[in-house]
Amino acid sequence: MSALGAFAESSVRMATPLAYAALGELVVERAGIINIGLEGMIIAGAFGALAGTGFAGVAGGLAGAAMSGVLVAGLFAIFVVGLRSDQIITGTAISLLGLGLTGALYQAMYVDAGVIGRTTTMGVWSLPLLRSIPILGPAFFAQPALTWALYAIAPALGWWLYRTPAGLALRAVGERPAAAAAAGISPSRVRTFAILFGGLMGGLSGATLVLAQVGGFAEGMSAGRGFIAIAVVALGRWTPLGVWLAALLFGAASALQFLAQAMGWSVPYQVWLSTPYVLTLLALAGARRRSVAPAALGARATE
Amino acid sequence: MRPRATHDIVLASAVLVAITGLALGVIAIGGHPVLPALAALLRGSFGSPFAFFSATLVRATPLILLGLAVGLAFRAGVLNIGGEGQFHAGACAAVTVGLALGGSLPRPLSILVTVAAGTAGGALWAGIAAILKRSFGVLEVISTLMLNFVAALAVSFLVRGPLQEPTHVYPYPPALNPSLQLPTLAADTRLHIGFLAALGLAFGLWWVLRTTARGFRLRVVGAGAAAARSAGRVDVTGVVTAAFLASGAIAGFAGAVEVTGVTHRLFEGISPGYGYSAIAVALLARLHPLAIIGTGIFFGALEAGGAAMQRDAGVPAQFALIVEALVVLCVLAIDRLGPRTSEGTQ
Repeated sequence: MSALGAFAESSVRMATPLAYAALGELVVERAGIINIGLEGMIIAGAFGALAGTGFAGVAGGLAGAAMSGVLVAGLFAIFVVGLRSDQIITGTAISLLGLGLTGALYQAMYVDAGVIGRTTTMGVWSLPLLRSIPILGPAFFAQPALTWALYAIAPALGWWLYRTPAGLALRAVGERPAAAAAAGISPSRVRTFAILFGGLMGGLSGATLVLAQVGGFAEGMSAGRGFIAIAVVALGRWTPLGVWLAALLFGAASALQFLAQAMGWSVPYQVWLSTPYVLTLLALAGARRRSVAPAALGARATE
Repeated sequence: MRPRATHDIVLASAVLVAITGLALGVIAIGGHPVLPALAALLRGSFGSPFAFFSATLVRATPLILLGLAVGLAFRAGVLNIGGEGQFHAGACAAVTVGLALGGSLPRPLSILVTVAAGTAGGALWAGIAAILKRSFGVLEVISTLMLNFVAALAVSFLVRGPLQEPTHVYPYPPALNPSLQLPTLAADTRLHIGFLAALGLAFGLWWVLRTTARGFRLRVVGAGAAAARSAGRVDVTGVVTAAFLASGAIAGFAGAVEVTGVTHRLFEGISPGYGYSAIAVALLARLHPLAIIGTGIFFGALEAGGAAMQRDAGVPAQFALIVEALVVLCVLAIDRLGPRTSEGTQ
């Protein structure tokens, strides 16, 4: 494969976990909640994927990841929706808790117990004709099932958000919770479901890392993706397709290090590793036009 | 104000009891014998004068300083969770200047210059996020976090690149010249004067917040930015930016104190997450500068004892991280933190 082809392929690969996390975060933010705890949900999903594969292979891994993500999201929802705690402080604690707990559990259940924490990885699905498009073909059409699923999830989320009553209810809660409540919608319920969905997608993001990429678990392997995903949502302007494209852009930024290696560019590798973070800052600075963001984003629930 | 203070003490005690219970649960679930683990925890933190002065208080020093940095920012409604990055920036700046100075200046002066450089480095790193907030409305929670990752990478670059020791074998710079190392408080201890500086700063901040007009404006802005702007004619943006920079400066100072007082060199992972632990330190102290001394020592003991627990009883090192997260959640659950934190930022 050419260096450019490999770059395109690794861009899509790096984008997949970000896209899952960011599409989940999009739904959460559209309900007016900012979920800094996403990092904790991703790492919980990654650990759940490892534990789940021990029981039932890849399917068990997916189920374990989804359940772990939802579980952590449930804890976040209890605090943010139930107790109306500050979203940002709660989220920070949830991220720390997820990182600490998974690290400790991994140490106790695998490292200390002498169990090797490797998993089988998903096979690559490829479409015969599309695969042979130069450069982009292998990048988009020869990928694990979790990447393929995104091609359905992103448009489906767009349809759901803009064409269904439930999607309208979600957006109403994020823009004007009081008005939504007056219309008979329960903001607390909508927010809880949105957070749980965000946890599910965060869990699948972790599953992608374990089941489709690394084939094992490592402490802190989420590596800040939960926070980057929040920036991806802003860069994607709070729409599903925009978010998916923004995730691809971030994936490309992360893949730059591989391209640089292949091309023999003599720039310190730390520069490439820091591009996604710097891009996040630039994206947030550029996404200033406030009218795009949900109006009630981050506001503590009052009703 | 008395009932409030009593309430805070009751709250803090309740949190401590809850945490102790949960922590014991974590040890037990991990499959480790509880009593030997606890014995190791106590031995490593308070068990001997050496454990207390050279482990607990040495670890408490950056936690108190970073806790003060977090507390000051949160009081102004600035959710600066970039203490980790500002600490790294301070350490980088101090070591860069320190290595350039070598032994060329008299000791007090060279320490002063080095620590000042670290303080400026921390303020500069926070300044990036402060400008992004001020001019572009970027949420500081995310920007400071992103800058934490970049700062850790910058350390990685410096210790493998421009500052690397001359043989280019090990990923760290040469040790700082002895004239740049902070004096210890007694001959047989690792505890250095940085601890006294932390105590002094805590009292200083308490004084400023409590008695000065500047401190009053900061508290008003944190309590409600809109009201401060309309009723008090306070320059909210100015106060927020100043608090942000001061918070970064304190975190950078903490980084400079760590390299001049403890490690005497820069290396990757020089902070085992002090910047994140400091959030728990500050919240448990309810952002009160003097209480931060107490919670900082508590967490220092936890880190020191946690290290002993890992060494002697095999309890995973993440133990301290879990307990810190639980502290924050307990404080939130019991009190929901009230309006001191983020409601003031608009």
